[in-house]
Parts: sequence; C-alpha cells; structure tokens
Amino acid sequence: MNDVVMRASGLSKEYRIGKVIGTRSIRESVMNSVSAPWRKLSGLVRGQSAAAAGLDESLWALEDISFEIRRGEVVGLIGRNGAGKSTLLKVLSKLTPPTRGEAEIVGRMGSLLEVGTGFHSELTGRENIFLAGSILGMRRDEIRHRFDEIVSFAEVEKFIDTPAKHYSSGMYMRLAFAVAAHLDTEILLVDEVLAVGDTSFQKRCLNKMEEAGRDGRTVIFVSHSMPTITRLCSRAIMLDGGRVQVDGPSAEVVGQYLRSGHGTTAHRTWDGETRRPGNDVVRLCGVRVHDGQLATSEALDIRRPIGIEIDYEVLTPGTALQPGIHVHNDRGDHLFCAGDTTHEARQVPKDPGRYQSIAWIPGNLLSEGVHIVSAAVSTTDPLQVHLFERDAVAFQVIDTMDGDSARGDYGGWISGAVRPLLEWSTARQPVAAG
Amino acid sequence: MDRVIPNAPPGGLNRTMVHHIRPQRGWARLDLGELWAYRELLGFLIWRDVKVRYKQTVLGASWAILQPLFTMLVFTLFFGRLAGIPSDGVPYALFAFAALVPWTFFANALLLGSTSIVENANLIKKVYFPRLIVPIATVLSGTVDFILAFIVLLGLMLGYGVFPTENVIYVPLFFALALVTSLGVGLWLAAMNVQFRDVRYAIPFLTQLWMFSTPVVYPSSLIADPFWRAIYGLNPMVGVVEGFRWSLLGTDTAPGAAIALSAVGAVVIAVSGLFYFRRLEKTFVDVV
Repeated sequence: MNDVVMRASGLSKEYRIGKVIGTRSIRESVMNSVSAPWRKLSGLVRGQSAAAAGLDESLWALEDISFEIRRGEVVGLIGRNGAGKSTLLKVLSKLTPPTRGEAEIVGRMGSLLEVGTGFHSELTGRENIFLAGSILGMRRDEIRHRFDEIVSFAEVEKFIDTPAKHYSSGMYMRLAFAVAAHLDTEILLVDEVLAVGDTSFQKRCLNKMEEAGRDGRTVIFVSHSMPTITRLCSRAIMLDGGRVQVDGPSAEVVGQYLRSGHGTTAHRTWDGETRRPGNDVVRLCGVRVHDGQLATSEALDIRRPIGIEIDYEVLTPGTALQPGIHVHNDRGDHLFCAGDTTHEARQVPKDPGRYQSIAWIPGNLLSEGVHIVSAAVSTTDPLQVHLFERDAVAFQVIDTMDGDSARGDYGGWISGAVRPLLEWSTARQPVAAG
Repeated sequence: MDRVIPNAPPGGLNRTMVHHIRPQRGWARLDLGELWAYRELLGFLIWRDVKVRYKQTVLGASWAILQPLFTMLVFTLFFGRLAGIPSDGVPYALFAFAALVPWTFFANALLLGSTSIVENANLIKKVYFPRLIVPIATVLSGTVDFILAFIVLLGLMLGYGVFPTENVIYVPLFFALALVTSLGVGLWLAAMNVQFRDVRYAIPFLTQLWMFSTPVVYPSSLIADPFWRAIYGLNPMVGVVEGFRWSLLGTDTAPGAAIALSAVGAVVIAVSGLFYFRRLEKTFVDVV
C-alpha cells in the first residue's frame, strides 16, 4: 500500500498585483478592456516585449513547491510573513487553484484556517455546533455522536441553549475550537488556530493536536511559534519567498530558521516609537543574548552563565516595572519563567528613561539545543503585563564534551529538559550485623 | 484507517477519496455529483438562513406574509380601483395576490441570491465546499416564506368564495418553474456581484423592470399581438404567474405554447447560470 497521502509537484501560485484584485465596477472593467489592447499595442510599437507591455505585474506567492507527505506525519510549515505558508494551505485545501503544478491528496481532508468558521451569533451553542461542524465537513450523525464531548471540552454546558451572541469572547472561542478539534478527518490542515483563549485552554488545544498526531492522522500545521512547531511536529518545511527552503526533522529546520535570521536571533532591536512592543508606560527597545563577556552570542557554552539583556524605555513615571523572561526549548516545553524579584523592581516606580536589565541564567542548568526566550515587562501589584514579546530571541546551548559538564565523558544522547550539574556524595553503608 | 468516507460521491462510499488539485482554466465541469455529496451541508445552510432571517426583526416571520399582502393592498387600490385595470374576471385583490405570492419568492431570491456569496465571504474564504451550495441554499430557504404566503392566499380565496379548480395539482409544477428561474438568475447575479459590486445597485431596478414585464398588476391578455406575445412568453415568470392564476383562480390563461416557451427560458437561464457561476467561482477566494 502506498503510504504517501499528499504529493505536491511544482505547485505555483501567481497573483496579479498591477490589476486591481477585488471590487471592480463594470465601468472600469469595460474601460480597461477597451483601452488595454491599445496600450499593449503602443507598447509593442515602442519596442517593449509583449510581457512588459502587459498591464499587470505579477507576484508569485508560491513557486515550484514539491513535497510528499506520508500517512501519520505531522508537518509544520514555517517561514516569515509573506513566505507563502497561508497561500500553500489555501491551495491544498482547494480554496484557490494553483496557477501551475498539481497536488494529489488521498483521504478525507479537513481544514481549520480560522477558529469560528461558520458560527452565527444569532444561533445557540447547540445550533452552532451542528452548523459549524457540518461546514467543516462532519456528518450529522458524527456531530450528534460527539456532541457531549464537544460541549464538555468547551465547558459551556450551562449555556448550550443560549444564543452565541451572549457568550463571552472566551466562551465563544472555546466552543469554536472544540468543534474544530473534534473534526476527525484523516488529513488536517491547520493554520495558527491555537493562538486563542487563555493559557490553560491553549494547553488543552495543544494536547488535542498532539492526540491527532498520535492517532495516525496526517496534519499540516502552520505556526509562528517555534516551540509549538517543535513540540507538535516531527517534520517541518520552511518556506521563503514562496519556495521550499528546508525540509527535514522539525528541530533541525526550526534551528535553521532561527539561525537564518528569518525568525528570531540572539539580538533583536525595535526602532521607532510605534513599532516597539509595549504600551504608553513602557516600550521594548531590544533583547540580546550574551555570554559572560557581554558579547552577543548565539552559541553558548553549557557550563557558563547566559545573560539575557532586556532594553526598554519608560515613558510614563509612577509605575513599578518588573522585567521577566520565559524560556522554551526547541521541543516546545516551557522550561521556566522568571522575573526580577528585587524590591526595586516590584515596588519602586521607575522614572522615565532608558533602562537595561540583565537576567543571568546559571551555567550547567539548561540542556543542549535551541532555546527560545520571550521577554516581558509587567507590574505585579496590581498585575498588569505592559509588554510581552513572544519568541523574542533564541540561542543554542552547546555541550563541548570537555568532561566537566553534567555530560561527563558520556558521548551519547542525553534526554531531559534541563541538565543541571548536581553535587553527588556517595558513602558506603556499613552492613548491619545480623 | 478504513473509515467510511462521508461526502464521498455516490457509489464511491467506503472507497478512499482522492482530491486532485490542479490549475483551472476556462469552463469547469458542473460536477453535480459533488453537490449531491454535500447535500447535508445544503440542508444545514437552508436551515440557518430560515432560522436567522427574521431573528432581529420585530415582526419576525410575519414579514413573509406582510410583504406580499401590503403590496397587494397598494396594487388593488391604485391599479384595480383607480386605474381600473382588468383582472380576468376575478376580484383584483385575488388576481394580484395570486401573482404576488410567486413573484415575491422570485424577487427575494433575486435580492438575497445576488448577495449570497459576498455575505458568506468568511465561509468561502476559509472552508472548501462546492460554492454552488451557497446561492442554492439562499434561494431554497425562500420556500418557507412562499409556503406561508401561499396559505394566506388560500385563506383569501376562501374569503372571496373562490375555490381552486382541479388544476390545483399543477401548482407545484409552476412553483418548480419559479424555482428554476430564481436559481438561474440568482447564480448569475451572485457570481457577478463578486466581481462587480454594481450589481447590488442594479437589483432594485432590475426587479422593478422584471415585474412590469410580468403580468403581476395587469392581465397578459392586454398583449394581443402574437409576435410580442411570443417574446413576452420567453420571460419564465410569465408562465409562472399565468399558471398560478389558471390553476388556482380558474382564469382563462391555460398554459399552452407559452408555458413551453417559459420552461425553455427558465432552463436556459438556469443552465447558463450554473456554468457562468462555475467559471467564476475559482476567483471568489481571491476577490471577494
């Protein structure tokens, strides 16, 4: 049995940008079709090529994309904005035809490009489950069969017969995701829908997606969150400029993405007041990873402390500001979050001006591999997050195998999210007389 | 992994479904088999449209009755009483209402059908299903309004002491003719409206023009010249309205050659609408 469930060969998608895509009026269309031949003709007379004389400029959102995906693979699709991820997903879900190339997909396919597709606020939760489920491609008896499961997953039992317009946005999102999460197709195309809801719900969504992978379903997953990609996907495809750049094991591809500077690097700065993450109290100017000598570094020795430097500007006086960091590894595990717990950071209002805080992660704590740092500045009492920059910077921890790290002289693979160098003591116990 | 595949084409159940994704140029196949495979979704969308349509209105579903009823009153006053337009020997109110019941269905289908794709843009852009389902569901959902208004028509006839002739059994046929026409026009306008938002502004004008080309306020016997009669008969709604009056009120407008002409007109509109819609639908996601 052939195990390839999706085969794309040479998929390309062209968008015309010269011509107005979107709403046109008949008058424009008529005028254009009347004048276009003349303009083209005059262009030809002036010696332009036929293509140059054309009125339209085109943009290739996808160019020659080829890959094969086997049954049960969970594949992450990464790339910066405009790389073609969403276009590829649209083409694969049959929403828009490719301009060239073709793809063949074997099996029942479902796509989740948005949470809440098909929901109608005038309908009750119950009605929406059936409507949205049907739109996503579930059969009526299938929805009926999984109805209770969906309701309890979304935790909306009490409001199931209330019109959705009376739901809080959290409830609405939960119900919408719950319906989507129970879409039981063999092939699933998912676009960033996990970025909804509160953290605990997000976690359950992630678990649900992980389940989908374990059930042997084939999943293609687009996300900007590298930890999520590495946690959920065994394989990743990195797109850039509409082309496949790298295709391989997700940890490797994510590592390459982060190092390539397309994603996150060890040093990021934000210029211009409005582009800086933050609010009117404080804005983030930069985040940097450096070694003990304060040199920016992407590859750090596992034995040495790692400095995470947060550079921010306080705009409004009177607020105590506590910088903090979250660290994920490349498998998507949240290793820790830590904030400055000193009295100054928690209680003393900061005057306007530029500040720089450095957090030192001790040596011999993190494991080998890529680590991703999110930066935050918040006030603890009352709690307010002024800025939170997800996946701000990344760095790689390297175990040099000199024998004095937790690895010792063992050369093989060591599992575990952290790799602390512990102090050991061993004493021989006297054997009890008996 | 051998699950039953829903939405599979008839005869293809239990067989693995294969999606072919390739460039599309020019005319597309109608692929009515796929449409049939998605009939459950069609049902859900009709149900949604019916359920939601009057949710935010004070008078709710009574609009389905009030709309033709008030139009009938106005017509009766101005055209029947003041202008003295003949009404084939039945009370003008009945004469007008018997026409307005199918006409209102048609006019609403035109209006709602034409905006259906744009109104459902959020669905169209995010999930794949045969796009034909959207305008078809919108047009079919008007059937509920039609049935309500039809019941009122029967009540009105009772009030006037006019009893349906035995030809009443043909009413479903005339309604089918109205349905096919509405679908055809709805498909044309829905697809056009995605490209040209002018359509929305042209609809009221088109509806009015079409109404006066249909014997709603006047009897078609006013048009005597056989040549113009034939041209006139090409408008499928002529056959519908005359058919309703003939089968319900017993007017002397028995469908003859004219109904064949109307049927041909309806089928031409519907089939061309289907193909035109299928040709344009691949651009919906990028344009709508």
